[in-house]
Amino acid sequence: MSIFYFIAFLSILFAVLVITAKNPVHSVLYLILTFFTITIHYILLNAQFLAIVNFIVYMGAIMVLFLFVLMLLNLNVESEPVKSNIVKFAGVIGGCCLLATLFGTLKLAATSSPVVLQDQGLGLVKNLGKVLFKEFLLPFEISSILLLSAMVGAVLLAKRERQPDGKVF
Amino acid sequence: MEKFFNIVQSVPLNHYILLSCILFSIGVIGVLTRRNAIVIFMSVELMLNAVNLLLAVFSVFRNDPSGQVFVFFVMALAAAEVAVGLAIIVMVYRNTSSIDINVLNKLKW
Repeated sequence: MSIFYFIAFLSILFAVLVITAKNPVHSVLYLILTFFTITIHYILLNAQFLAIVNFIVYMGAIMVLFLFVLMLLNLNVESEPVKSNIVKFAGVIGGCCLLATLFGTLKLAATSSPVVLQDQGLGLVKNLGKVLFKEFLLPFEISSILLLSAMVGAVLLAKRERQPDGKVF
Repeated sequence: MEKFFNIVQSVPLNHYILLSCILFSIGVIGVLTRRNAIVIFMSVELMLNAVNLLLAVFSVFRNDPSGQVFVFFVMALAAAEVAVGLAIIVMVYRNTSSIDINVLNKLKW
């Protein structure tokens, strides 16, 4: 039980470091650690499929994309824009208000009994695959169209446009 | 192994909800207080992950696999969102040579 609190503490610590780190590259590295702790949470819940997918998709694909773009952009600490202190203070106050509201609402909506895994095979690939390809077949197919359109959109957006006068913009 | 999971799973639901709410709020604070577009983007990822974790917890709590399938869909959506969003950021950087969001205020008023 105490392992949950330790991992939860690590998640929150690294999440805070993500938004406070001055250097964007450090932010990305802390974000990878945050995702790793969330993967451990999935393993503790015995959601093995989600743990593996989180590990591969988030920590592998998405973080490589972030790091790659960061290196393309050639940023450094000196060019890092900073907001004024009053905006930061207002942002933190607003976030804390949101935290109080969210937690209060969700706490009222659910009874706080312990989270007990009733079916050991709940998060395994076999079980999830059955649900995914029976009840959620149409959303699954539509998500493939979403991924295709995202790919086309990303290529179109990132392509350099050639102006009529031949200048590469 | 089963015993291990049963020991671990004596965590109350409220604590999981509190953890997810804290992670989500940290993401919101990051969006509100940073001006670097990429860090704002990472805060959005943090919020998505907080929601994913809570969905998985409720899925285990209610013994219903639909919640974990939803997490799978959210991950597919996040991948698409990151690809398009980073392409937009690269284009903004190419046009303004900075990724400060305060430069992009033409649509503000």
